[in-house]
Amino acid sequence: MALRQIAFYGKGGIGKSTTSQNTLAALAELGKKILIVGCDPKADSTRLILHAKAQDTILSLAAEAGAVEDLELEQVMRVGFQNIRCVESGGPEPGVGCAGRGVITAINFLEENGAYEGVDYVSYDVLGDVVCGGFAMPIRENKAQEIYIVMSGEMMAMYAANNISKGILKYANSGGVRLGGLICNERQTDKELELADSLAKRLGTQLIYFVPRDNVVQHAELRRMTVVEYAPNSKQAEHYRTLAKKIDANVGNGVIPTPITMDELEDLLMEHGVLDAIDESQVGKKADELAVTA
Amino acid sequence: MPQNAENVLDHFELFRQPEYKEMFEKKKQFENPTADAELERVCEWTKTKDYRDKNFAREALTINPAKACQPLGAVFAAVGFEATLPFVHGSQGCVAYYRSHFSRHFKEPTSCVSSSMTEDAAVFGGLNNMVDGLANAYNMYKPKMIAVSTTCMAEVIGDDLNAFIKTAKEKGSVPAEFDVTFAHTPAFVGSHVTGYDNVMKGILEHFWDGKAGTAPALERKPNEKINLIGGFDGYTIGNLREIKRVFASMGVEYTILGDASDVWDTPTDGEFRMYDGGTTLEDAANALHAKATISMQQFCTEKTLPYIAGKGQETVALNFPVGVQATDKFLMELARLTGKPISAELAKERGRLVDAIADSNAHIHGKKFAIYGDPDLTLGLAGFLLELGAEPVHILSTNGGKAWAAKVQELFDSSPFGANCHVYPNKDLWHMRSLLFTEPVDFLIGNTYGKYLERDTGAPLIRIGFPIFDRHHHHRYPVWGYQGALNVLVWILDKIFDEMDHSTNEVGKTDYSFDIIR
Repeated sequence: MALRQIAFYGKGGIGKSTTSQNTLAALAELGKKILIVGCDPKADSTRLILHAKAQDTILSLAAEAGAVEDLELEQVMRVGFQNIRCVESGGPEPGVGCAGRGVITAINFLEENGAYEGVDYVSYDVLGDVVCGGFAMPIRENKAQEIYIVMSGEMMAMYAANNISKGILKYANSGGVRLGGLICNERQTDKELELADSLAKRLGTQLIYFVPRDNVVQHAELRRMTVVEYAPNSKQAEHYRTLAKKIDANVGNGVIPTPITMDELEDLLMEHGVLDAIDESQVGKKADELAVTA
Repeated sequence: MPQNAENVLDHFELFRQPEYKEMFEKKKQFENPTADAELERVCEWTKTKDYRDKNFAREALTINPAKACQPLGAVFAAVGFEATLPFVHGSQGCVAYYRSHFSRHFKEPTSCVSSSMTEDAAVFGGLNNMVDGLANAYNMYKPKMIAVSTTCMAEVIGDDLNAFIKTAKEKGSVPAEFDVTFAHTPAFVGSHVTGYDNVMKGILEHFWDGKAGTAPALERKPNEKINLIGGFDGYTIGNLREIKRVFASMGVEYTILGDASDVWDTPTDGEFRMYDGGTTLEDAANALHAKATISMQQFCTEKTLPYIAGKGQETVALNFPVGVQATDKFLMELARLTGKPISAELAKERGRLVDAIADSNAHIHGKKFAIYGDPDLTLGLAGFLLELGAEPVHILSTNGGKAWAAKVQELFDSSPFGANCHVYPNKDLWHMRSLLFTEPVDFLIGNTYGKYLERDTGAPLIRIGFPIFDRHHHHRYPVWGYQGALNVLVWILDKIFDEMDHSTNEVGKTDYSFDIIR
């Protein structure tokens, strides 16, 4: 098959890396050859596949060797569960340097050194939000064709999903990147499925899968494993397999997203009764002031 | 006052007048200078083997690197195409540097624009600068093509040239069919030779692979033509004109990809030429069909040449061919590729060069040289010195790495004169200083910056390389081919004889050798 490049985006802490690794592990079970490119300075995008705390990153090895040109592909690539190839871009300590440039450097290095040869899927796992040009590298022309946004029914996760759609829109008009769909990672918030589904519709896309919450994910995670490997016969593993098949069949179905405004997002929450209609006369009033008027 | 309107002194004389000398003496008391004895002690220590060892153990610091940044090479490659305006996506100061650097070397203006990125562009991304910049450049300077490259700032914030140019075209900055090529050229990666390579590849990709999705990709229909890529070369004017003469002499049909020989050598005849000469855009596109491509500088085309080979052409990489053997190789490859014999004219020139070398051999044989510069230039010059029977004992390059060093070592191993020679990859001019003090040579070959080493170490400098700011017009002479080798031979000999005269001119002491005939 032709090389397919996808990317997972989503708010920090939403379970992006867990969802992506489980899904990719399930894809690998289907016989796909996969390369994971972790684009997060925390370098935790491959730990469940490699059973490792964190692998040596391209940028830390480059800093040791003096320059990225001095690195060989074999030094930065590890092979884990189901022969999934893993690399981590890495990046600076929090508060210094430029992590975005690190992503650009790492991806250029991988392309120039033939890391993409002989794989069916390249998957980029990108941190929280499209905060700067560097973190948009995976959605540039000739990189990821489809973006999957991991979200939940929490307002800020939906806000982030909308923001990421804005980033995709910027590149989609002039390039080939498309939004593949939303993946809702259940948080057990009110009316989560309905909300996720309507947000997907408002963004012009689909809710490709609703991954239910199951503690087995935590059990697997503590053992630095995916559920697909740790408990292959569990219901949760089956969910990830279904998601993997849906993504595999989703080729060419990506769309140019239609992001909404913050007001529209609040309206959406109100429509579903998650947020009460705002009484403008009460905004900015303290509790005791409200007690007086009441 | 020493200065007055009746007798204006220039700076050479002015600051030697007693008033200024006195002022400088007084100034010293505010400068908290180190005592002369201590200064002298440390100066002497920096000339020792002990200091050299410490110097070569240096890890985190570079002092006087003999290289420039990618965007400089980017501009070099871009101006070699017909009516092409180099467009640097970055701040104005960067472009001022490229323009002045070239103008100081070639003594000609260099047309190049920037997208004038400032603080707001760094925060919000440079898309608006691209949109406005392309529109302004297109309307003001009427180019036939714009070649976009980048600087540090645009690269750190991750501006996506491909997407930006598409957006700018959609917004009507330039017509959709207007040729805008692009290449990412981060200044903090590689050197000017890398930037040259990236832009050359970007331009070929544009024409051959469907102009960024706006036209069908070209299909290669092989013909008998030969492409030649000169690489980043301070002698490009003389060299490319010499190459054209060689091609004509052998009746070879050719395309020079990136020919800046006219734009950096426009005549003074009353007409300002913003653009002159250059590879036509049609030729650049049709170069896909050529039989083969010859790169005169392997390390300037490390990405371009494999890209061309991938299109089905044969490729030949040379290393700045200076001298008899290197020119032989160039001409024999040319003859092999085209099936055309080397012309009698060129064969005669070869004989004349060999004759000239033989005439002067006694003066060059066994002389020790240090050379620094770009990877291919140093390889070419070292090869020539070895065939002259000289010893290029220190070969140093800042932008030459392991692969280059292996190639230089191979060259040393091919000649008995290479036995005591050493190669120093990724080193700078402060390393060279230590080498010149601890293992002195007879002559140093390098660019203008070598004059500081010459003053410091006493090694006489022969100026060959880029940039040459303090001597004029050498860039007009070729250094490639048999004729070019003759020029290099003469420059080396001139210095040897100047030194000889200089060291034999003391009346009654050394002037028994102050000879008329050398």
